[in-house]
Amino acid sequence: MGPITLTLLLAGTTTIALLIVGTPLAWWLAFTKSRAKPVIEAITALPLVLPPTVLGFYLLILMSPTAPLGGFWLNLTGTTLTFSFIGLVVASMLYSLPFMVQPLQAAFEGIGKAPLEAAAMLRASPLDAFITVAIPAAARGYLTAIVLTFAHTIGEFGVVLMVGGNIPGRTKVISIAIYEHVERINYAEAHMLSGGLLAFSFVVLLFVYTVNRRYPVRVG
Amino acid sequence: MSNTSSQLTFDVALARPEFSIDVAHELALDGITALYGQNGSGKSTLLRIIAGLEPTARGHIRFNGEVWQAGDPKTMMPAHKRGIGFVFQNPRLFAHLSVAGNLAFAEKRAAVVAPGMEPPITRDAVIDALDLDGLLERSADALSGGERQRVALGRALLSNPRLMFMDEPLSAIDNRRRHEILNYIARLPALFGIPTVYVTHALDEVVRLADHMLVLSGGKLAASGPVEDILGRLDLGPATGRFEAGVLLRARVKSHDTAYQLTALEHRGDAGVAHTLWVPAVDAAIGTEVRLRIRARDVTLATVEPVGLSTRNVLAGTIVEVNAELDTAYAETLVDIGGAPVRARLTRKAVDELGLAPGKSVFALIKSISLDRIVPLD
Repeated sequence: MGPITLTLLLAGTTTIALLIVGTPLAWWLAFTKSRAKPVIEAITALPLVLPPTVLGFYLLILMSPTAPLGGFWLNLTGTTLTFSFIGLVVASMLYSLPFMVQPLQAAFEGIGKAPLEAAAMLRASPLDAFITVAIPAAARGYLTAIVLTFAHTIGEFGVVLMVGGNIPGRTKVISIAIYEHVERINYAEAHMLSGGLLAFSFVVLLFVYTVNRRYPVRVG
Repeated sequence: MSNTSSQLTFDVALARPEFSIDVAHELALDGITALYGQNGSGKSTLLRIIAGLEPTARGHIRFNGEVWQAGDPKTMMPAHKRGIGFVFQNPRLFAHLSVAGNLAFAEKRAAVVAPGMEPPITRDAVIDALDLDGLLERSADALSGGERQRVALGRALLSNPRLMFMDEPLSAIDNRRRHEILNYIARLPALFGIPTVYVTHALDEVVRLADHMLVLSGGKLAASGPVEDILGRLDLGPATGRFEAGVLLRARVKSHDTAYQLTALEHRGDAGVAHTLWVPAVDAAIGTEVRLRIRARDVTLATVEPVGLSTRNVLAGTIVEVNAELDTAYAETLVDIGGAPVRARLTRKAVDELGLAPGKSVFALIKSISLDRIVPLD
């Protein structure tokens, strides 16, 4: 699998997995009155400010076969979590978590309780109200979250390098490939991939800012 | 009005740092019951507690023998299982759906409650009753305030509720449209037979719609009973609002004076004495029952029969009660006019200088009468 296909696969998997994990987390953050809220918000926002190498370093330790998580995975599947595609997905999910959670949280907060109460008064159960009222009302928040998460995962480098290394077909994504091309003074190849990524990122951001200015990502 | 009377019993409390509410009552719901109080009296909160929308409220709630809450908040029956149709102050239509989509949302979930059975309230009947026909394809965003509230009423009805709650549904609507919506709301109990609790801080809405009312003040129940009785009570001044205070009387259209565009209304008091009150022409047949309200601030008292005065409605009576409000300039006075109560809001100085006291004969000069409801002939 070439770096481009692998990158798209990684970004797609990460985005879908984060949709599933991020929705309940964002919902909880939007409506909880718990005192733990600022703590969880801070943890969620950490990847925005930490150098990717710090995140990658700790993930590498956590996923190594001698650590509890890595050992558990090894027993379960017979393969190591480090230097594998699944390991990359887990790392990318943590790295891109704020890009999924923050727009969703802002969207849910913007909707508020009122439409959900109205739905409850029309005999809709909480899950029914969430699916038929909250999600459609948060559509723009979802669009922002999906696009930003996807784009951000495509652009990651440090975490991938630390956790996944540079294994062609398994962990060699575009950003790693560019790094390799530059190291080998393969500037023509590096230009192609870099230019492509630059254009892609610009188009994505232009799309997000044009369609929707309401749920920006905030740091902290 | 419907014949099916429902029983709602509650004894609930909710404490917040800035506000607390503690109310117990047993209500026989029939037609429209008004839940009345000033802003901050807790009336909307009480409605939300009964609906199950206040997750920290404590207390007991029962509806027709079904337990909705038995003390601890953990015992709450989820709001969506109570079968209440709730019309909020702000219509809360689903903006991602059209008007028809909003109605269908309710209809679909009402059908699930009694599978295979046609719900008693049908889409056609609701669309007809609220004149929604022309709005169906419109987006919920593209409606005026009054139209939105009509759709919200229709949507609540289509959920086939056992009980309707309306929380100040007219407060976000301009004055001209208020009357229009009031007319729709007034018709609903007769058309669909669903007992309704109507929250408001406007007495004219109470008088227009309700036969029974609860008065809430400072998070407590200040009074409950027939609207006529409550409005005649002087001691409820602070709870019912001094400016709007007055009495409510039932009268019949006696005759019309077409030359002067006036209508004579006949009121018969408890003592059987008939009085005639003149009001600007009313478009109603002779014999029609009307409900009229005389505000205390529109009544003046005289100790001798006045002459050479432009006021046409002058009635002889006897003072029953004088209630001086010592921290203000005013005194509320209750006068018995042959079995009919009339309230007058006077200054304390006038009371003292004229020697107004219970038992004294006076003439009540009524400057203005508002007609709040015309009950059509059967």
